[in-house]
Amino acid sequence: MGYPIEMQESIRKLEATRAFRLQQEIPRLTPEEKNRLLEQCHPDFRPDGMRPVRVGPNKGQRMQNELVDLLEAYSRIDPDRVDLSRIDYDVDVLVVGGGGGGATAALIAHENEARVLLTTKLRLGDANTMMAEGGIAAATQPNDSPYLHFLDTIGGGRFQNKRELVWALVHDAPLIVEWLKDLGAMFDTHPDGDLVVSFAGGHCRRRVHSCKDLSGMEFMRVIRDELWNRRVEVLEFSPAVELLLDERGRCAGAILMNLETREHIIVRARAVILATGGIGRLHPNKFPTTNHYGATADGLVIAYRAGARLLHMDAIQYHPTGAAWPEQMLGQLITEALRGNGAQLVNVHGERFINELETRDVTSSAIIREVRDRKNGVRTPTGMEGVWLDTPLIDIRGGEGKLDRMFAGIVHRFREYGIDVHKEPILVFPTQHYQNGGVEIDPEGRTGIPGLFAAGEVAGGVQGRNRLGGNSLVDIFVFGRRAGQAAALFAREGPSPGKLTLEHVRRYHRELAAEGIEKGRVSPLLLPDYTRPEVKERRYS
Amino acid sequence: MGESLIPIYIMGKRYEVPEGLTIMKALEWAGYQLIRGCGCRGGFCGACATVYRVPGNFRIQVGLACQTPVTPHMTLMQLPYFPVNKAVYDLDKVGSPLETLLQLYPEATRCLGCNTCTSVCPQKLQPMYYVAAALRGDFARAAELSFDCIMCGLCAARCPAQLVPYNIAIFVRRYYSKHMRPKPRHLKDRVAEIRAGLHDQALAGIAAASEEELKKLYLEREFEKL
Repeated sequence: MGYPIEMQESIRKLEATRAFRLQQEIPRLTPEEKNRLLEQCHPDFRPDGMRPVRVGPNKGQRMQNELVDLLEAYSRIDPDRVDLSRIDYDVDVLVVGGGGGGATAALIAHENEARVLLTTKLRLGDANTMMAEGGIAAATQPNDSPYLHFLDTIGGGRFQNKRELVWALVHDAPLIVEWLKDLGAMFDTHPDGDLVVSFAGGHCRRRVHSCKDLSGMEFMRVIRDELWNRRVEVLEFSPAVELLLDERGRCAGAILMNLETREHIIVRARAVILATGGIGRLHPNKFPTTNHYGATADGLVIAYRAGARLLHMDAIQYHPTGAAWPEQMLGQLITEALRGNGAQLVNVHGERFINELETRDVTSSAIIREVRDRKNGVRTPTGMEGVWLDTPLIDIRGGEGKLDRMFAGIVHRFREYGIDVHKEPILVFPTQHYQNGGVEIDPEGRTGIPGLFAAGEVAGGVQGRNRLGGNSLVDIFVFGRRAGQAAALFAREGPSPGKLTLEHVRRYHRELAAEGIEKGRVSPLLLPDYTRPEVKERRYS
Repeated sequence: MGESLIPIYIMGKRYEVPEGLTIMKALEWAGYQLIRGCGCRGGFCGACATVYRVPGNFRIQVGLACQTPVTPHMTLMQLPYFPVNKAVYDLDKVGSPLETLLQLYPEATRCLGCNTCTSVCPQKLQPMYYVAAALRGDFARAAELSFDCIMCGLCAARCPAQLVPYNIAIFVRRYYSKHMRPKPRHLKDRVAEIRAGLHDQALAGIAAASEEELKKLYLEREFEKL
């Protein structure tokens, strides 16, 4: 396979300019230039992509249409038919979500002597964490400091981050790297044992720690192995479909659904930690996504129905470099670490058009401008357009073998399609990657609902309106740990929950009806449906 | 519809699907809404191990459904779960490398050297060689050779000696990384500083700065050179 002839012509132009580009310095944009570019080209600014939500704690605020559809929907269960006296599990801490944040929270709550149940929609470890390639940001180098990490993170978030959360993030980050190393995670190291660090966009220091280009997978499988070693109880294929409160409004458990038998499971818990991840599989603005199959906003929906406030849900992250060719890889993540190690973005004529280490919102917008407004995109035979990511520069700058050593996964996945990334560039276009906002938390992972905690992508405030590369892996572990600890303490020392109720669901239903929203659509979504309309239609149900 | 359709057999049942789709997308095109056998859809998570046969080849073939294109007359079945043996251990209380390995996974020595594991690995790893390296006590080599493992379960499903190569491998990697690699000096130093509160004042200061001040400091940052 490899690249079709038409695309190869553009590759020759890219090769011709390589020597010049290696010397070329592109200055970073001024704040005014950034704002202009974002308003012109960032998908968040498309007028028809969002609308105000008509019910709930954030009533009147604009959010992504696909999310509003799920917030303006009825529960999957009929509260009047649920027997809440039949309790299947009675635990101290219920963790909802089996990715990096949830697994960490469960591990730490268990370490703090809580009786823990972790429940997850798919398998333990099936989550975006597994797919994080680049690595984890932390100021561990002598030329770096948590102070600089704070400044980069808050500037990258367009100064909208909750400061106490950024403080917690950068303060704990080096401790997390040590924790992961002690759990046996295999970080990239120099021969003397020092950790290898790379750049990511918007960071002023090299501070992203990697495990080849499978960093998230390495952390996830190590933490999962540890959960198994500690025999923490795990329920797979059992998503939470509703939270349970007590009559004083405190969170006191959840209703789960066994996806295979469709039976519901009642869990009473003294504290609940939501770690359900993001919304990529809703495909905001019809973009492809890098996200896991399970990223369907379930946690946002059930927390919202229970009265939790969402923050920055109108800020979606599009990763600058999703694969645009071959067709089979469309939208899949091409790690930022490639740019962090010197790969450049190049248009159809072989020209650079942006400093590759600008923040993701800016870099994505610049690619969209280059393709859509300036017509400098490279067209594929299927009509997709993108720009080049000049990967051979990595070996040219860093010496032969660097791509194989640090990016074996990328090398392998493209080789399957006849593309040799040592010699040929990769075609990329922005792809949905992350929800910057989420359920508002404080530094201990507490939400506005007593007894309900949140950690990781489902939580909001840490990343402001735009997250930096490397700051998500650190977020899930920092706040997974903090929430695990705080929830265990709350379960031990807080008051006992009262009688379980679904009154909040009834109230929400009344609010929907008052707005004239008809029954028919239910949420949370749980699973995306990629079957064809022709098939759906003939189900006749 | 202008696409050219090809016949495939999902667990023996014939469906016509467009050429060029991955097995996963073909399943969905045929009308399946997947619960098991689907995860990251990008080749990382090992949820979608699939076994199949094609005409003219007597051998069983394997691949990840999210990475493998369909071919005409392919007969396939997903293997979303396979029961395996996983040893439970406390990484803080382990003995010497080889001794611990043999305690946890004594069956490792039963490897027949048939290399079936290598022929089924969708990541093109060579489990037989990393198990052999581990059995020689060469944990560094075993860790390196097994690093790209996605724990899909295919090697365990096919091993005639009933080893679970990937669970051996994750133990080896964790042991190696924790006990056989030095703790980086710069990391120890930074963690000690943070624990001693040496960065608290600077963080408290910046967290209390006005937005104007923050913006100014942000613009004045000096970048380390690429």
